[in-house]
Amino acid sequence: MTALVEVRGLTKRFVKRPDLAGRIAGRLGADIRAETVHAVDGVDLAIAKGEVVGLVGESGCGKSTLGRMIAGLLEPTEGEVFFKGRSRVRLSGAEAREARLAVQMLFQDPYASLNPRARVETIVGEAPRVHGLVPRAKLAAYIDDLLARVGLSPDEVKRRYPHQFSGGQRSRIGIARALAVRPEVLVCDEAIAALDVSIQAQILNLFMDLRASLNLTYLFISHDLGVVEHICDRVVIMYLGRVVEMVPTSELFAGPNHPYAQALLAEVPRLDARKRVFEPIKGEIPSPLDPPHGCHFHPRCPHAMPRCRTEAPRLKAIAPGRLSACHLNDA
Amino acid sequence: MTHPVTTQVGAPSPKMLEVKNLKTHAFTKRGIVKAVDGVDLQISSGEVLGLVGESGCGKTMTGFSIIGLVDPPGRIVAGAVRFKGEDLGSAGAERMRSLRGDRIAMIFQDPMMALNPVLRVDTQMVEAVQAHRAVDRATALALAHEALVQVGMPAPERRLRAYPHELSGGMRQRIVIAIAFLNKPDLIIADEPTTSLDVTIQAQILHEVQGLCRKTGTAMIWITHDLAVVAALADRIAVMYAGRIVETGRAEDVVERPLHPYTRGLIGSVPSHNRRGASLTQIPGLPPSLIELPAGCAFHPRCGRATALCREEPEERAVGAGRHLRCFHPLVEALS
Repeated sequence: MTALVEVRGLTKRFVKRPDLAGRIAGRLGADIRAETVHAVDGVDLAIAKGEVVGLVGESGCGKSTLGRMIAGLLEPTEGEVFFKGRSRVRLSGAEAREARLAVQMLFQDPYASLNPRARVETIVGEAPRVHGLVPRAKLAAYIDDLLARVGLSPDEVKRRYPHQFSGGQRSRIGIARALAVRPEVLVCDEAIAALDVSIQAQILNLFMDLRASLNLTYLFISHDLGVVEHICDRVVIMYLGRVVEMVPTSELFAGPNHPYAQALLAEVPRLDARKRVFEPIKGEIPSPLDPPHGCHFHPRCPHAMPRCRTEAPRLKAIAPGRLSACHLNDA
Repeated sequence: MTHPVTTQVGAPSPKMLEVKNLKTHAFTKRGIVKAVDGVDLQISSGEVLGLVGESGCGKTMTGFSIIGLVDPPGRIVAGAVRFKGEDLGSAGAERMRSLRGDRIAMIFQDPMMALNPVLRVDTQMVEAVQAHRAVDRATALALAHEALVQVGMPAPERRLRAYPHELSGGMRQRIVIAIAFLNKPDLIIADEPTTSLDVTIQAQILHEVQGLCRKTGTAMIWITHDLAVVAALADRIAVMYAGRIVETGRAEDVVERPLHPYTRGLIGSVPSHNRRGASLTQIPGLPPSLIELPAGCAFHPRCGRATALCREEPEERAVGAGRHLRCFHPLVEALS
């Protein structure tokens, strides 16, 4: 079975070229070069229809950049995104449009991602109107249906502006907007991180209801392992632009393989692990401007060997459906 | 990896801080915002109290009221704050200034806002020492260095000579924490200090703060929305809702056997190990506006156990050792 969405060798580099003053200084012999951020470095990932994949990592690990490339908001520097087995850049016309609309994104900040000067009905109704998905006469009913689906009462909310809503309600509006173009995949980029715990629970439950009723596929980007464990079938863990482990959720929480995954899991505060002494892994997260050689994690890794400093480990199958990038697995 | 930590039981230590019926209201054009509406708190030395609540419940304003940083239109309208027996309500601005940063310190959520961007770290730390103690620069610098070592800062000499923008978020927060501990205060109020940090960095900071409080006997109020963080860190937990403390008790009691329906709702909202894929118990509705609080128990419109009685004001009452509750219909099965 072909994956619904697949990425192969996806890489994104952001290059900051020196400005005019820098270039002049460079001509005069100063050591000024273009700075390159390796945000995403050769990621392969396939997501099956109906699957919920969690993408986990700390800030600067490239998880948002990967999500944005999958959603089509950023062009990859290298590699390709396949939708239903066909490369997205080679599609054209109606097929290209269909592939684009099929992957929608939910953003982290429910305040910044809604147009403050548009009414809710405009925000939700704009995309289906522009793309001609719904006849004009039926648009109002379509919007009402979407708002009801995300748990808002249409008559109360559709004439209002975003600032009149709380964070949780705005999240719901953002979800209604994404659903308006009938997507098959939702990329949720820290979509609930800005919400209070009790509201997070409401939105998580909504995600699961929608998954069941609309047969949606999710790429769920989060730094919160508790949330990921709760809703995801499979977890992808990234560190400084690379995938370090890819594993079914239950297996990850039963026993992480990669030392970074082990460290992440050990350090999540949990309600059921009370009163303990925190024993953190050492060191800061290195800058993606200048990632360490070899395995990116080796300066913080308690098991680092000489080989880890020189050779980047490849992502290899260590069990059915489970991949990990660590030299320890070869020993 | 995890060790149980014995909480300090034994001889009752003197109350470092006592807050009684504190009310801080903000007088705005839209009405009176009752941010803090009758809060009682007690902390002993060396104790970590977790103050938990959702945004807008008044937890930050409680911290600001204790340390005397309430700005207009906000005003403390009632209640008393006693710090080591001294009434801070009647302490003048001069007295408060000498206490702040010396005996009572605060750690703010955003370390970039708490540090001066145009001064080097050493300048800011030396300033914090010399504001309260007549020591020369070299002594102050040595204290600053020692404080940075205590919070686990790598290469402290280099960091002292850096500007805040040259440091990562985790390092900045460590500096802010080091400054808070610099004058060995009796009480630290920490307002969501790890919320903006990554989990591995958060764990490092929790580790260091936990160790420092045990070592120095500093009492701490850790304000957070994250019940899981305080469950691991705090000795006692106070749960706040709409300007009031609805439940207090030892951390393990509150988390394992919550009595207030709101506490149970909060705990049910946190995804946990054994309920993977199951629907989370959600608290219906939204937190109320602090301008128009519901009459009686502010939680009753969202509470499944509410009755007509809940339109009356529930008094705080003691239930068991060190446990207080504001509810007419507690989850009694938890008591037995």
